[in-house]
Amino acid sequence: MSAVADTHAHHDDHGHHPAGILRWIMTTNHKDIGTMYLWFSFAMFMVGGTMALVIRAELFQPGLQIVNPDFFNQMTTLHGLIMVFGAIMPAFVGFANWQIPMMIGAPDMAFPRLNNWSFWLLPPAATLLVVSLFVPGGAAGAGWTLYAPLTVQMGPGMDLTIFAVHLLGMSSILGSINIITTVLNMRAPGMTLMKMPLFCWTWLITAYLLVAVMPVLAGAVTMTLTDRHFGTTFFNAAGGGDPVLYQHIFWFFGHPEVYIIAIPAFGVVSQVIPAFSRKPLFGYSSMVYATASIAILSFIVWAHHMYTVGMPLEAQLYFMYATMLIAIPTGVKVFNWLATMWKGSLTFETPMLFAIGFLFLFTMGGFSGLVLALTAVDVQMHDTYYVVAHFHYVMVAGALFSAFAGVYFWLPKWTGRMYDEKLGKIHFWLSMIFFNLAFFVQHFLGIAGMPRRIPDYSPVFAEFNMISSIGAFGFGLSQLLLVYNVVKTIHGGRKAPARPWDGADTLEWTHLPSPAPYHSFETPPTVR
Amino acid sequence: MSAPAHAVARANRILLRKLALVAALMFGFGFALVPFYEKICQVTGIRNLLQPDQVAAANTQVDRSRVVTIEFDANTQRLPWTFKALESHRPVHPGEITHVQYEIRNTLDRPVTGQAIPSYGPQRAAQYLKKIECFCFQSQTLAPGEVRRLPVVFVLDPALPADIGTVTLSYTFFEVAGRDGKPG
Repeated sequence: MSAVADTHAHHDDHGHHPAGILRWIMTTNHKDIGTMYLWFSFAMFMVGGTMALVIRAELFQPGLQIVNPDFFNQMTTLHGLIMVFGAIMPAFVGFANWQIPMMIGAPDMAFPRLNNWSFWLLPPAATLLVVSLFVPGGAAGAGWTLYAPLTVQMGPGMDLTIFAVHLLGMSSILGSINIITTVLNMRAPGMTLMKMPLFCWTWLITAYLLVAVMPVLAGAVTMTLTDRHFGTTFFNAAGGGDPVLYQHIFWFFGHPEVYIIAIPAFGVVSQVIPAFSRKPLFGYSSMVYATASIAILSFIVWAHHMYTVGMPLEAQLYFMYATMLIAIPTGVKVFNWLATMWKGSLTFETPMLFAIGFLFLFTMGGFSGLVLALTAVDVQMHDTYYVVAHFHYVMVAGALFSAFAGVYFWLPKWTGRMYDEKLGKIHFWLSMIFFNLAFFVQHFLGIAGMPRRIPDYSPVFAEFNMISSIGAFGFGLSQLLLVYNVVKTIHGGRKAPARPWDGADTLEWTHLPSPAPYHSFETPPTVR
Repeated sequence: MSAPAHAVARANRILLRKLALVAALMFGFGFALVPFYEKICQVTGIRNLLQPDQVAAANTQVDRSRVVTIEFDANTQRLPWTFKALESHRPVHPGEITHVQYEIRNTLDRPVTGQAIPSYGPQRAAQYLKKIECFCFQSQTLAPGEVRRLPVVFVLDPALPADIGTVTLSYTFFEVAGRDGKPG
């Protein structure tokens, strides 16, 4: 393949990229862009986490102590939006940027300049969200789901939120198109689809989900915008519109969105668990099919988020059974992970600990999800802390723990240095304990009937809320250990070998040194 | 995959265009859900606010053994009209065709268009109060200072659950325009 050597000469070489800030603004290198995605997502994680702590500080005791109810609602809304669109999704796009080209033996992403654009749309979007706090009337306070009619009535903060969602959506769509094209067209010779590491498969499926549903969300917020300013009445009851219509359109996006967050997390865990079990992934092809089934089913279950809007009984039953169907492919995945560990030569380094933490807590979140899928039960639980507990088990203990596993797993490849194993383990155990302290008790609060998104509560809920707030502050502070550990690794970790994990067998470990060179696989490797 | 670089770049561009088309179509799909939703609601009769109800001939049997009080309520939302029912309540027999009148007056010196949206109390009574004729089926445009009397003709379905003795029929008029009163 002589053409490759040719292009190499024209490309900017190792030393030839601009230095300083311009390097980062103008970069088209997948590793640079991956790094920026990861740092951006960590910054947003800190911002969104601070907002969560404002919420938990207010809920530490019954009564109103710290913030007024308006500001409390703005905090819950921004916390949700920032964590979903600013922290978790960019984190996994960061992993995709770093890992997919290296895992399939490609020199870079398919569209490097588009890739630069996808990233640089994010900071303006985040700025809009944060600035919206300071406009008259404050930020949007309608919850991250941005339900009409509140969104139709709010002040200019809502408009900023709508534009932020537009930018975030565009970024995701461009990033997804790039990932699909890279995976389908840029694989090294011999790397057939069914030989790809599972992480690439999960991202391929996720990217298709994103291309299909992000435009629907963009449409929903566009309709909100025209209702607000141009006299349309999609959701505005004053002209015969219907707020319930918004919920249908939103959740048509919103349920696949849940899997957009979860599926790349499955991918990371599917790399980590085999590596530390020193066995190939059990049931590789069933994993691929299970992931695809979850993605397809996610399009036909959306209304289980809205059992209380007054749907006919037949519709409720349909959505209930369809939702419970998803437990089957998810069960396939959980059992495959367990079977991978079965009789493996297990070691418990930090990535493995986080992967097992994921497995344990995500399964619990899955079970509380099954409880909520039952329409008769959900009518009692709707909008209570049980729901809050459920989705934090799948989003935080699911997606976030898996992202932590991925960071510790690939940090030696990215930086060429080993992280501090002891600190990593402390980070895991503190996260594990404080996470459960914060969220497990919320199941009880929800069953007892404490509603979500309300800054005050009956004194009977006081003890569990106090425990939950202590857990939340502990969890938040524990994350500082991660920054410290990462910075310490970059600046003084001991040198990592090319393959620090003897069970890891994908191309980035077997074919590339640590740290991975700025340009890798300019000549594609041959895969047996 | 072992193809020359320009062939890969070309294949990439083709895929980019296809995926961009999918994204554009899905943006349209979001909007297509609006008429789809309205159609489903219409077919299943879930949200039949602004169309006449179908009253089957069998339902016109009048149940003289039972009296239900219908209360009439009138509201405006950010609309400078006066709007009232000409009577506050009326006892009716289920199955009986009932005529009532409301009155609206435009207090502004410009023509204003409004739309009335009905609601019912208790909510589960909604499906039993069948409107045959209603001013809420169209929007109303009033000249400056104009006064208009508006009829409502309805039948209460005899299948109304026995524990409901009073039904409130409430209308709210909204201005048909942008939300700040600018013509839409």
